[in-house]
Amino acid sequence: MEQERDQTRLLAMYHTMVLARSLDERMWQLNRQGKAPFVISCQGHEAAQVGAAFAMRPKHDWIVPYYRDLAMMLAMGMTPREVMLGLLAKAEDPSSGGRQMPAHYSHRALNIVSHSSPTGTQVPHAVGVAMGAQMRGDDIVVWTAFGEGTSSQGDVHEAMNLAGVMKLPVIFFCENNGYAISVPQHKQMGVENVSDRGPGYGFPGITVDGTNVLEVYEAMTAAVERARRGDGPTLIEAKCVRLTAHSSDDNDRTYRSPEDIKAMRTRDPIASFEHFLRDEGMLDDAKVAAIRAEIKEIVNDATAYAEAAPLPDPSTVRKYVFAE
Amino acid sequence: MAELNLLEAINQALDQAMANDERVYIIGEDVGQRGGVFRVTDGLHAKYGSKRVIDAPLAESIIIGSSIGAAMYGMRPIAEIQFADFIFPAFNQIISEAARMRYRSNNTWEVPLVIRAPYGGGIHGALYHSQSIEAFFAHIPGLKVVAPSTPYDAKAMLLAAIDDPDPVLFLEHKKCYRLIKGYVPDEHYTVPIGKADIAREGSDVSVITYGMMRHYAVEAAEMLAKEDISVEVVDLRSLVPLDRETILNSVKKTSKVLVLYEDNLFGGYGAEIAAIIAQDGFEHLDAPVQRLAGLDIPAMPYSAPLENEFLPTPSKIADTLRDLVNY
Repeated sequence: MEQERDQTRLLAMYHTMVLARSLDERMWQLNRQGKAPFVISCQGHEAAQVGAAFAMRPKHDWIVPYYRDLAMMLAMGMTPREVMLGLLAKAEDPSSGGRQMPAHYSHRALNIVSHSSPTGTQVPHAVGVAMGAQMRGDDIVVWTAFGEGTSSQGDVHEAMNLAGVMKLPVIFFCENNGYAISVPQHKQMGVENVSDRGPGYGFPGITVDGTNVLEVYEAMTAAVERARRGDGPTLIEAKCVRLTAHSSDDNDRTYRSPEDIKAMRTRDPIASFEHFLRDEGMLDDAKVAAIRAEIKEIVNDATAYAEAAPLPDPSTVRKYVFAE
Repeated sequence: MAELNLLEAINQALDQAMANDERVYIIGEDVGQRGGVFRVTDGLHAKYGSKRVIDAPLAESIIIGSSIGAAMYGMRPIAEIQFADFIFPAFNQIISEAARMRYRSNNTWEVPLVIRAPYGGGIHGALYHSQSIEAFFAHIPGLKVVAPSTPYDAKAMLLAAIDDPDPVLFLEHKKCYRLIKGYVPDEHYTVPIGKADIAREGSDVSVITYGMMRHYAVEAAEMLAKEDISVEVVDLRSLVPLDRETILNSVKKTSKVLVLYEDNLFGGYGAEIAAIIAQDGFEHLDAPVQRLAGLDIPAMPYSAPLENEFLPTPSKIADTLRDLVNY
């Protein structure tokens, strides 16, 4: 029974990771076809996000994401159609009704908080959500994510400092892919690990292999339990890889060596998890083919739905500056 | 009904809001046991405890940023910035986040947040305890900006701001805090945000102003009354949204108008008022729109003669109005 539950969960993790990758790849195709002006990817971060998501309670816990968190969105319940509506800036896009750039995810019904483009500004919001929960006595956990480049921002420092003071139920989740657009980690910080800073704020800092979904899941489970107990925040640094350029407007070959890119490709989190599941006897060629075929259908459906959906009416441009 | 100064009126509003609504809490530097450096939150920590009157770390961006998150969670935070001059580390949180949240989320999220900020000079506060900051913030759609100048309005507009579903920057002129007294009803009452007040009726010339300058304008009007010059003083109270109708009606009535503000002249909030009058009140004008404001220097200096030289004063206002009436 326990083993069956485990197997179901592991296959669900795999499914979410592959779905995120497939949707992401389709987004790039739509970009290259001229249908989507902008794409920013989660490729290489799937294990980090899915490992984190499966340790939380969707629609109960709160998510304060950043622009790479596609796999987290899917795991929390955002549908592929909703994701594609955002990519194509359609009126029905739940994140912003086509007002923000793609990947600026938000979903009120799923407790996913809207974020902006200046990096790190969302991290104080996560602390505020946790303050509200603490004042009300709610048992939620707040998860917020950011890259290692963003960890240089003052807002991130101020947020962690206050969370440490108030012992808030918030998990600071750094998705460290080694690059802030073009600037490598060693030019961003004098420490080896972002997580080294956790103890400086009075809470644990943990580094995990962000390409290993189970390692992330285990660390997140401990952090979630700690937060729900009222023992305060945890800083988790998931070291992952950025398998694409920063965005569709970037060219990473202008600042990454071919050797670096080749080495990174050996750390694809989906390939390694699939390998593990095959070793465990949970996947074989037929099962993989079936899952991929099913996901292709889902992605096709989401694309077709979003392409056919209406654009925002220009007469709505002045709406919702203030409450109406 | 009691006679209170502006600071006491604000304290009473905070107390009543906290008593009425458990979602309301206060966060800021020294707001707890100390009761704020100006004592605006005096007594509230003892009454409501450290969970609802929170002494924040000395970091303005997290004071505002955490309040935004709590507001989205359903709380009603009131964040104090100790001096308006110190608000700039939180500028990005206010303009990029609080002000744009409703719009950028297509009305799915809102930020019912009040930011209180003591501002203004004439109190020997020098460059960094004297500034007027309204122009920076009034520029951004999505943020309401109010600057009440009487105890009656301060209590009413703070309670209105706390009830408001959108973020409100609530500016408290420091010179008004203890100097300006008035009768304040004991009960909960509000003044709608977005309505100007005719502080003094007149027929020869209008002064459009707000904050401490309202009181200086009234003083100047009293001086000029002895010279048979009748001055109307419009106190905007709410800078965003703006009561255009009251401004234009006053211009129509007097045909001459002085826009008066304490911030430095260039690109100040009054520049927008002057532009509105020039565009929409042109046919009523018998003289060019005049502006009197602080000097275009980096900020107000400390030493008394320098500070006085920076500020519009009742006598400078009276001189400008005499010239305008004689145009």
